[in-house]
Amino acid sequence: MSIFRFFSKPTSAPAARERLQVLLAHERASAGDSELVTVLRDEILAVIAKHMQIDSDKVNVTMERGLQMSTLAVDVEIPFDAVKKKKKAA
Amino acid sequence: MGKVIVVTSGKGGVGKTTSTAALGAALAQGGAKVVVVDFDVGLRNLDLVMGAERRVVYDLVNVIQGDAKLTQALIRDKRLQTLYLLPASQTRDKDNLTPEGVEKVITALRKNFDWVICDSPAGIERGATLAMRHADIAIVVTNPEVSSVRDSDRIIGLLDSKTVKAERGEQMEKHLLLTRYDPARAERGDMLKVDDVLEILSIPLLGIIPESMDVLRASNVGAPVTLSDDRSAPALAYFDAARRLNGETIPVTVPGEKRGFFGKFFGRKAA
Repeated sequence: MSIFRFFSKPTSAPAARERLQVLLAHERASAGDSELVTVLRDEILAVIAKHMQIDSDKVNVTMERGLQMSTLAVDVEIPFDAVKKKKKAA
Repeated sequence: MGKVIVVTSGKGGVGKTTSTAALGAALAQGGAKVVVVDFDVGLRNLDLVMGAERRVVYDLVNVIQGDAKLTQALIRDKRLQTLYLLPASQTRDKDNLTPEGVEKVITALRKNFDWVICDSPAGIERGATLAMRHADIAIVVTNPEVSSVRDSDRIIGLLDSKTVKAERGEQMEKHLLLTRYDPARAERGDMLKVDDVLEILSIPLLGIIPESMDVLRASNVGAPVTLSDDRSAPALAYFDAARRLNGETIPVTVPGEKRGFFGKFFGRKAA
């Protein structure tokens, strides 16, 4: 490592390498069931909808893929009177 | 019986056609009887890179539809007696390629040539899957760049599932051809290194083609780079790759590794 390296921009190739490793690990594993996230989202929302009325525009689903573990986050905004509305409708 | 090679990549613009022409010419320069087949129906370019664009009369689709005989459609290279081109159609679309028709043409070519090199179109649709369908060997052309590596990974998956060899339960022989490699940028850490790409894709390396002006110059004049300037760095790399295809074991050298006086003292430590 040259001393001049301290003053130059950080290198980008390691980032490329890491991003590819994470991405391809997932693409290889999920070849065939790429629908998984969509299915999960729909089923989770169906369960919530059974108990309260939710606005589908106020649902945020995000997926974070890591090398060892992935997270699926479902963010649902529940209005103040969601449960009441549902009961009324029933 | 000749061997069928597919030159494929998924991504466009990485050097499939250049590599098909250069490897085809290199193998023919070694005395083998070679045919290069353009599968890019609708967007043919192998004829242009080979310098035969004004000699195209019949094409692959004509042969498949029975409008022309195979011998009528084959164009013999003016510089190399044993090199032939089967051009793609420019006016029809890829739906004119039928699996049965392609099989018939490949079978006939295999009987008459030592090497049948199929230049695949970009993408993963019909043209690309038909180009790889009957291959014995696949050359995956990849640039040291994230989108190219990702698409190559996808193509490797298709080679292992959608080809005749894969369907028979056999292993498709796959080789990586790393093109447009810039050793200086890789050394600086701003381009994926050879080992990075090899580790990610995990298929054996056929060769490293350095980024070079000579490649553009060759296509400008319509000659495979192994013919236009056979002493240039990319030509030498293609010759080595062709020898490896013939079963020779030659160590792969990273282009541009030779250093000047100053570099000899200070260069290597940077890694």
